[in-house]
Order: sequence, then C-alpha cells, then structure tokens
Amino acid sequence: MRLYLKYFSIHLKSQMQYKVSFFLTALGQFLVSFTALLGVYFMMSRFNEVAGFTLQEVLLCYGTILLAFSIAECFGRGFDVFPQMIGNGEFDRALVRPRPIVFQVLSSKMEFTRIGRVLQAVFVFCYAIPASGIVWTGDKILTLALMIICGSIVFFALFLVYAAFSFFTLEGLEFMNVLTNGGREFGRYPFSVYGDGVLKFLTYIVPLALFQYYPLLYLLGRETGIAYMLSPLMGLLFLIPAYAFWRFGLSRYKSTGS
Amino acid sequence: MSKYLAILRIRFSNSLQYRAAAIAGMVTQFAWGFMEILAFSAFYKVNPDAFPMGFSQTVSYIWMQQAFLALFMMWFFENEIFASIANGSIAYELARPIDLYNRWFCQSAANRLARAALRCMPILIVAFIVPEPFRMSLPPNIGQFLLFLLSAALSLGVVVSFSMLIYISTFYTLSPVGVRFIAAALSDFLAGATIPLPFFPEQLRTIAQWLPFASMQNMPLRVYSGNITGSDAVRGILLQIAWLVILVIIGKLLMKSALKKVIVQGG
Repeated sequence: MRLYLKYFSIHLKSQMQYKVSFFLTALGQFLVSFTALLGVYFMMSRFNEVAGFTLQEVLLCYGTILLAFSIAECFGRGFDVFPQMIGNGEFDRALVRPRPIVFQVLSSKMEFTRIGRVLQAVFVFCYAIPASGIVWTGDKILTLALMIICGSIVFFALFLVYAAFSFFTLEGLEFMNVLTNGGREFGRYPFSVYGDGVLKFLTYIVPLALFQYYPLLYLLGRETGIAYMLSPLMGLLFLIPAYAFWRFGLSRYKSTGS
Repeated sequence: MSKYLAILRIRFSNSLQYRAAAIAGMVTQFAWGFMEILAFSAFYKVNPDAFPMGFSQTVSYIWMQQAFLALFMMWFFENEIFASIANGSIAYELARPIDLYNRWFCQSAANRLARAALRCMPILIVAFIVPEPFRMSLPPNIGQFLLFLLSAALSLGVVVSFSMLIYISTFYTLSPVGVRFIAAALSDFLAGATIPLPFFPEQLRTIAQWLPFASMQNMPLRVYSGNITGSDAVRGILLQIAWLVILVIIGKLLMKSALKKVIVQGG
C-alpha cells in the first residue's frame, strides 16, 4: 500500500509538470460529457418522464454512473492501455519483478485528467440530491455511497476482463467498449428503460444494474427490502469470474518478443 | 487529378487491411444502435405525441448513423496529420509538388470512405432483417434516395473541411488535444449525433439549423429517413453547398498564412 501511494504521488507530480495541457484536457473531458448531460436534459424536458422516472431521479442515476466510471478509469487506466503494454513487450519486465502483477499494472498508469468528469458528476449530484425529494436518512446515504463505490469496482472488473482478452488477441477489443463506455453512456437512464431483456442481462451476466437500477428503487422509496439496498454488494461477486479470467489469460501468455 | 486518385486508392487498401478490427467495430456499433433505439422507444411509450419525428424515421436515422459512423463523426481525426505538424515531418510534405490542403482533404475523405465502406454493409443488412419495430425502412421513393446520396456526399465534404480547420489550428497551438476534444464534442452534438436535431428545444433548433454543423450528419440522415422532403430538402442541400464553399475558402486562406510562417520543429 505504501508503494502504491508512492506511485500515486509520482504520477500526480509528473502530470502536474504540464499544467496548461492538464487543465485543457480536463476541461475537454468536462465539456465532452456536458453534451451528454444536455442530451438527457433536452429529452427529459420534452417528455417529462421515462419509464416512470423524473428528471431529478434520472440525474441521480447519471451522476452515479459517471462518478463510478471516472473513478474506475482514473485508477484502472493501466488496464485500459494494457494491450499496448503487451504489444511493446513492457509486460515481460513486469513479470520478473517480485510484486503482484495486478498491482504493477494498476500502478503503471493513472489518469488524473478524469477530474473533469468527476467534477461534472459532483455538480449533477449537488443539484439532484436535494431536488430529488428524497429524505436523506442514514440508510439512504449509505446506499448512495455503496452505489458509487461498488459501481467503480464493477467497472474496474470490466477493465480487467478487457485487459485479459488481450492476452489472447494482443490488441484491444472494440466490442468491450459496449460494456465499459456503453455502460457509462447508456447508464444515464435507469437500465429498466431498455426493457426486460437488457435488464436481466445487466443483472445476471454483467451486473451493471445491481449498483444502478435496484438501489435507486430503494433510494426513491419504491422498494423497501434490504436486498435492494445491499444489491451493489452482490455486484462485487463479478470480481471473481473477472479475476479468474485474468489468471487464465495470464497462464496462457506468450510474449510478443519485441 | 490522377495523383489525388492515387492517394484515394492507397488509403482504401490501407484501411482494408484491418478486417478483424472492423468486425469487432461492427458488433459494437450494432449493439450501440440497438440500445439507442430501445431508449428512444421508451420515450415514445411515455408520450407518442411529443415525438417530433415518426418512430420508424428515428429508427432509420439511428441505423444509418451507426452504419456510416466513420463518414460523419467529427472525432475520427487523422492522427498522422497532427503528428506530422508536431514532429516536423511536414517538411517533406511541403517539398512535394502537390497542394497540401488538397492532399490532406483527400486523405481524410478517403480514410473515412474506406472505413465506412468496410463497415456499413453488414450493419445495414442486419438492420433490414431485425423484427419490427427495430427494422430499418427504405426511403419513401427513389428521388428521396438520390437526394440522400447527394446530401451525404456534401455532408462528408463539410465534415472534412471543418476538421481541416482543426488541423490547421495545430500550426498555431502545437498542442491540440484540448481543442480537438472540445471542437469534436460541440460539433457532433450540434450535428445531431447525441440526439437528432428535431429533439432539441425550439429556440436552440432554430439557431442550430443554420450552423455548419447542421449540414453534417443531420441533413443526409434526415433526408434518408424521410423527415426532410421536397423543397425543404433542396434548400438544405443548397445550404450544405454554401457551407462547404465557405469552409474550404477559410481553410485555404488559413493554410496559406500558416505556411508562410511555419517553423519546422527540429529534425
């Protein structure tokens, strides 16, 4: 852990060397996701509701998914660029060092410009949390915290799967984008909007709905069962197959030899 | 002319090399389009009267958008061009007996065409055989289809000539990442990439339809789906021609003044 903090401060310092470029990129990130927010706003102000959710309720969803994704991307960036790491042979160096592999990939890269997106998510929360009409008792605050923390872990597990695929293909696979970037883009609305089939898929196979749709129902007081409140924790089970797949990929690894 | 055709041919065969990437991309785009349609259909269920386009028009809009993503999206930039400005290899380009603006224009148009040609067919075929209401429909008549082809070609021209302005701005800033992100995000949004223009609120739509961005994917996709017909379509196409001419002239002028004082960075 100490070592990770050390890496953390090194990455932070190195990115702060180019301050103007850092802030411009962060601003770009902010604006890019701002257009997505505008899209949601235009649609919601035209139709007033979607699948029984109002604008404020949808924005809670939007903020959760954006924050969870940005945190995962900021720290899990090493897995996002992992195909390059395999491609240029740098991964071979990681294999001979006496530290866990996952740890090394994790600390090889951190992307702090994602702060632009985090900021936007925070703004959205600042509006949606009071405007949603929810009485914020202790259990609801805990639920929201669980949604965000478990959400970023699930996204992180998806990055891990993405990286594990590149053991076999040696290059990034674009279709994983449907689950990572797509999860972020389409998670703007509660997943029930997309119908039963998609909701089932996102509950039992790739548990994105477990930290978004079900706990949201609890937050809004539509469901009171404790299972709804703790459903984000169930989503963490996804880490097991993701990690197993990573181990499997690692055992099949052949160096590209460059 | 023949040298431009040569560039076109090279780019085409170049992009056709990456077939595996293309298949993965098609799967992505198909899933993406499907999710978009599901979202719009949820809104349609809430209040069909508030829907500003026909539902099947929206479906066609989304499928065509996914099929021709590479043709119309601003964010497909040519990294080669950015790199050549930043690392100085532009010096070689300048030594060639070919106009730089035309060469870059040709190169990016050709790359976009090649990508789109490779990817569009499978997506379109699937889009035509999926069950209703997700099935894509044909344009109302053959005239409308011809208008679509014309509008699509002009739209490609407008997209490329606008992205030329961003390439040229690199001569002045040298660090284009921030500018690139912002320009791409804004222009794609105003072109109707996130939601089609008819879904915009009234005032913004009135302004947006005159901007060059509305001459990008907005026009051909809505002409195809039958959302813009008859004299409206003709007027839109005239506007596209006007923007294309204006953007090319601005681009050429900027290029000229940039090249006058270009300093090649190192060797």
